[in-house]
Amino acid sequence: MCPSDDREALPEDIEPGDEVHPGKPVIVDRYTVGARINHWITATSLVLLALSGLALFTPYLFFLTGLFGGGQWTRAIHPWIGVVLFFSFSGLFFRFWRANLPAREDATWVAHSADLLAGREEKMPEVGKYNAGQKGVFWGMSILIIILIASGVVMWDQYFYPYTSIEQKRIAILVHSVAAVVIICVWIIHVYAAIWVKGTIGAMTRGQVTGGWAWRHHRKWLRELVHRPKRHTPAE
Amino acid sequence: MTNSWTDIRNTDLVVIMGGNAAEAHPCGFKWVTEAKANRGAKLVVVDPRFTRSAAVADYYAPIRQGTDIAFLNGVINYCIQNNKVQWDYVKAFTNAAYIVKEGFAYKDGLFTGYDETKRDYDRSTWDYVIGEDGFAVVDPTFENPRCVWNLLKEHVSIYTPEMVSRITGTPKDKFLKVCEMIAECSSPTKTMTSMYALGWTQHSKGSQNIRTMAMLQLILGNIGVRGGGMNALRGHSNIQGLTDIGLMSNLIPGYMNIPTEREKDFTTYMSTRGFKPLRPNQMSYWQNYRKFFVSFMKQMWGPAATKENDWAYAYLPKLDVPSYDVLRAFELMHQGKMNVYFCQGFNPLQAFPNKAKLAESLAKLKLLVIMDPLQTETARFWENHGVYNQADPSTIQTEVIQLPTTCFAEDEGSLVNSGRWLQWHWAAGSPPGTAKTDVWIMSQIHLRLKELYRKEGGAFPDPILNLNWSYKDPHEPSPAELAKEMNGSALTDVFDPNDPTKKVLEAGKQLAGFAALRDDGTTACGNWIYSGSFTEAGNMMARRDNSDPDDTGAYPKWTWAWPANRRILYNRASCDIDGKPWDPTRKLIEWDGSKWAGYDVPDIAPTAKPQDVGPFIMNPEGVSRLFARGMMREGPFPVHYEPFESPVANVIAPKIKGNPVARVFKDDLAQFAETASPEFPYPATSYRLTEHFHYWTKNNHVNAVLQPEFFVELSEELAKEKGIANGGWVRVWSKRGSVFAKAMVTKRIRPMTVDGKTVHVIGIPIHWGFIGAAKKGFGANVLTPYVGDANIETPEYKAFLVNIEPSTGPVA
Amino acid sequence: MFPPIPNPPVTPTPPKFGEADLIRRSASSVPQPAQHLTEVAKLIDVSKCIGCKACQAACLEWNQLHEEIGINVGSYTNPPDLTENTFTLMRFTEWVNPETDNLEWLIRKDGCMHCADPGCLKACPSPGAIVQYSNGIVDFVHENCIGCGYCIKGCPFNIPRISKVDHTAYKCTLCSDRVAVGQGPACQKACPTQAIVFGTKEEMKGWADGRIKDLKSRGYANAGLYDPPGVGGTHVMYVLQHADKPSIYAGLPDNPRISPIVETWKGVTKYVGLAVMGFAAAAGFVHYLVAGPNKVTEEDEENAERLTEGTAPPPADPAQPQGHA
Repeated sequence: MCPSDDREALPEDIEPGDEVHPGKPVIVDRYTVGARINHWITATSLVLLALSGLALFTPYLFFLTGLFGGGQWTRAIHPWIGVVLFFSFSGLFFRFWRANLPAREDATWVAHSADLLAGREEKMPEVGKYNAGQKGVFWGMSILIIILIASGVVMWDQYFYPYTSIEQKRIAILVHSVAAVVIICVWIIHVYAAIWVKGTIGAMTRGQVTGGWAWRHHRKWLRELVHRPKRHTPAE
Repeated sequence: MTNSWTDIRNTDLVVIMGGNAAEAHPCGFKWVTEAKANRGAKLVVVDPRFTRSAAVADYYAPIRQGTDIAFLNGVINYCIQNNKVQWDYVKAFTNAAYIVKEGFAYKDGLFTGYDETKRDYDRSTWDYVIGEDGFAVVDPTFENPRCVWNLLKEHVSIYTPEMVSRITGTPKDKFLKVCEMIAECSSPTKTMTSMYALGWTQHSKGSQNIRTMAMLQLILGNIGVRGGGMNALRGHSNIQGLTDIGLMSNLIPGYMNIPTEREKDFTTYMSTRGFKPLRPNQMSYWQNYRKFFVSFMKQMWGPAATKENDWAYAYLPKLDVPSYDVLRAFELMHQGKMNVYFCQGFNPLQAFPNKAKLAESLAKLKLLVIMDPLQTETARFWENHGVYNQADPSTIQTEVIQLPTTCFAEDEGSLVNSGRWLQWHWAAGSPPGTAKTDVWIMSQIHLRLKELYRKEGGAFPDPILNLNWSYKDPHEPSPAELAKEMNGSALTDVFDPNDPTKKVLEAGKQLAGFAALRDDGTTACGNWIYSGSFTEAGNMMARRDNSDPDDTGAYPKWTWAWPANRRILYNRASCDIDGKPWDPTRKLIEWDGSKWAGYDVPDIAPTAKPQDVGPFIMNPEGVSRLFARGMMREGPFPVHYEPFESPVANVIAPKIKGNPVARVFKDDLAQFAETASPEFPYPATSYRLTEHFHYWTKNNHVNAVLQPEFFVELSEELAKEKGIANGGWVRVWSKRGSVFAKAMVTKRIRPMTVDGKTVHVIGIPIHWGFIGAAKKGFGANVLTPYVGDANIETPEYKAFLVNIEPSTGPVA
Repeated sequence: MFPPIPNPPVTPTPPKFGEADLIRRSASSVPQPAQHLTEVAKLIDVSKCIGCKACQAACLEWNQLHEEIGINVGSYTNPPDLTENTFTLMRFTEWVNPETDNLEWLIRKDGCMHCADPGCLKACPSPGAIVQYSNGIVDFVHENCIGCGYCIKGCPFNIPRISKVDHTAYKCTLCSDRVAVGQGPACQKACPTQAIVFGTKEEMKGWADGRIKDLKSRGYANAGLYDPPGVGGTHVMYVLQHADKPSIYAGLPDNPRISPIVETWKGVTKYVGLAVMGFAAAAGFVHYLVAGPNKVTEEDEENAERLTEGTAPPPADPAQPQGHA
């Protein structure tokens, strides 16, 4: 136990690998290599799933099957990518779930989300590694992926046809498509947030953000990082 | 069939009993659906199981297998009691008025003259009183208590609805409903057709089953008319042809007999075949026997058959027993008395009863030659297939030679259907591998044997050396050449006996029909009933004109029907005594005052006066027989006998087991279950399924898909009692063997109450064996008893006793 | 007897219908043909069917299908279900009529009904994998099929099956190849009792009327034609002895229609989903234009530096909005 702050005990939302490097500017390690690889596998799977899924969702987008070598290939690999996504996301889940547990400031953050969008970020509470929006994305993705994998298996006739009734498959297919729409919307929010909030993408590419970025968007997390006791290195 | 398949569409009531036409004859069954659709005909099915035929029937009644005679005698009794008789027909066209000899009597299930040790009758009293004029005495008033009608009435009187129900297990109300429907057809304008098959023949009293229905049909006036008749649905596409050609040990073609040992010469042989008319003016067509016989001998041995040598009568084999049927043949093999067996187009290891005995018999042979287009179980009897065929090849010394033959689609020839139509067909493909036609193979054997006899002589080489063998290619006579021989030809110019200047036949020409046959050696004919099938006008069997004037269903220009292209036998009986059709809307032929004419070829001479000449021209009486005289071994009237294996004793004659005159070999008797045996409590019946044809189609992938695996059928009640699950394994065993099968638990079999006792029937289809594409299985003949019909030795496959238990299936 | 269809001419003849006669094409549209062909139909008279399976054999042979040899599972229905090779299947049901206590063995030939409003076609995502001709035939075009199995979910009768070999969907074609040269389907040709007849839909309805009259005269008061309106009628119709309860015939749907779930999925979900996703993307775009990027300022960096250096970090009070120092 190492309370990072002497004023108040706050939920621990520092993840392994998070580190502050003083300097000009301050650099903060936000994601480890493992986390980043894991994220990008997940991201790629999700994009491929969205593309292949949308190709089968509506005739307007059927042309997208061309990306996968035609309709037969699209049909065949979509569920397998889903399996990759599921396990890959599971990795992310176990990395990130603790830091995404609800915190006291989340409600305030949500209450002031309009200020955020309007550019009045100064009105937002200080948040930890993840703000309520990011947590929403995280938990939304988690739930939707479970729904999608479960309904997807029911629809995966090549291997699972005999185990469910056609009526169950029909329900599954409807659930799957609705969930897919929702997850794509969540994904749009996620991606847009990364684009809108400058300096974010670096977190998932180089693994680092600037101190200013952390100060501006995740000040509590920064404080926690700064104030936690120095770890012992083997040299000491 | 007395009628034809196409004629069934003319009927008002179809009774399917002793058969399952929808299942076994789906193509012919279309005429039943036509009758239903166009005439509003009704279909009645009486069967132990609710069959595919029952599925489309208007009325279904269950019956315990082997009790058809009781049922039908009951129907006859009902018709007599309720005056549902076509009296004009019965009086004019049956022997109802004939007086029976004193001494003839029936008591306790037996007629006069029974000899228990011989299992046979002295039949001398089973005949008519013959008057001083040499003719049978008749009493048209039916007052004489000894007339056939009164004897019949008394004979069937014990078969009351209560008694019928007690014996057959048919609920009384269902029996009465069937009676009512049948009795309606006693009207001259209503006809009933009887469609039956192996469900009647495969009993130890099969011939009597059929005869009982024939009697009923006569009482109702339904023989010889459109939409009526006794219609045997034959079990193979050309089995009618087999019997026509006389491929039985005791027959020669055209239903003539092989001589017996006692008939040492031709004169003796002919002395019992005079067929003198028993009533004035009758045709008694068998009077022409000598013509048919001599012409046959001339066809067989040509110049070697002369008047001097009694037309080579000595060449014919002479029977020392009534027949060498298959049951006897295998009994002889079993005793080591028959060593060589040519098995041509036949799979007896599957087809004949008591497989274990058959396999033992085959293992005692020196040589077994198989001629078949398919691999058969018989050819592989020596091969070990685990539980399916336990054999030890090292102990079997039989040499087996397989000669692959063509199948029906690979060669040319005619097939005779159930309706006696000879339908020519052409090869549709070439035979695979080294397969050869049966004709080629047999020609090779004949030519080689002939050469051996020529070189080495022998006990009696003449019949073989002198056999008429004048074919263009002696190694392979063509189907047309053989067909022309069946039809017959003139050997020399033949002149009119009344006008010697008038040449009626020219040497070398084909005969127009059997009327041209002579008994002086001037004509040759391989099979008199086929005469007319291949004339100077060409191959009549190859005709394909499907015109049908006035939609009578006769199709007279489609191929050719024996005899004489006649489509309905006894068609004279379709008219009343004056020659007017009973039903003008269903006219067949008619007397126009000077001759008979109509849609069919009349049976009787075209100018035979209606009041004079009876329609049943093959009988010396000219009428049909409600009283069979000595023609049937069991007796002149049918009696209910239980199957040899029965769950109950015979109610009407408790002391009699089975048919009292059926032949039983000594060793087989020990292998029958006791009557009402607690060890084998369930009566079983074997049958065919529509998806398969005997043991052939299990070699065909599509048929194997449609019905892949051996199963037995049983009621839900029995399954519950025994703890048998639908689709699970069961073991079924009889006193002769044991099989494993899948269980088909069904509502289509329901328990019956027989003589106060609950009886559960078990159904066993026959189509599986250890060869073929379908799943390996067992033949029903592992279980069936080795006994046949008393008259023609058809085995009793339809009624035997078994036991059943749930099982984990065969261990391979 | 329904007049038999004469054999086709020996000389090759052009097909009687083709691409130009399409009225529906899955996941795409087709120009409506100027003239509609006469609608055809197959009529299956259950009351005349003897369950001989000749139709099933003919179907396997004409379409050159190779079905597996199965096992007996305690039924005459073999194989136990439709497969990608068994386009048509005789289904056997033992039913005790509660009114008469008589057993009835109901034998129904199962297979594609060729609905006027085909659920399979509606569900299909692949352009041109399922087509409907103006004569009523609904056909699968295998080179366009992607094997997704949506047709199975779309079908109210549970008919299509996906091949494990080529992963495309199979079902009865109504022998479109035979009908194209003026023949009836192979099953109809093989049927010995004319329980299957084929002709124009009008002819079939007329023929059915006669059959129903006959059945009514035999005591089947509820005999009738099965041409379910829920799918706009079908081009395979049944004459049933008990048309008031189709489901006794091995689960023939009493009132078939395309499942509302499928309708929702292929209808509102598709459009609303696209709209929602489009809206989300557009909203982001607009927001970016209006609000501009959310950039880290120099001040933020300095604050971070001061925090790390431990020099006067701005206070942290979650209860109070922060000000930029």
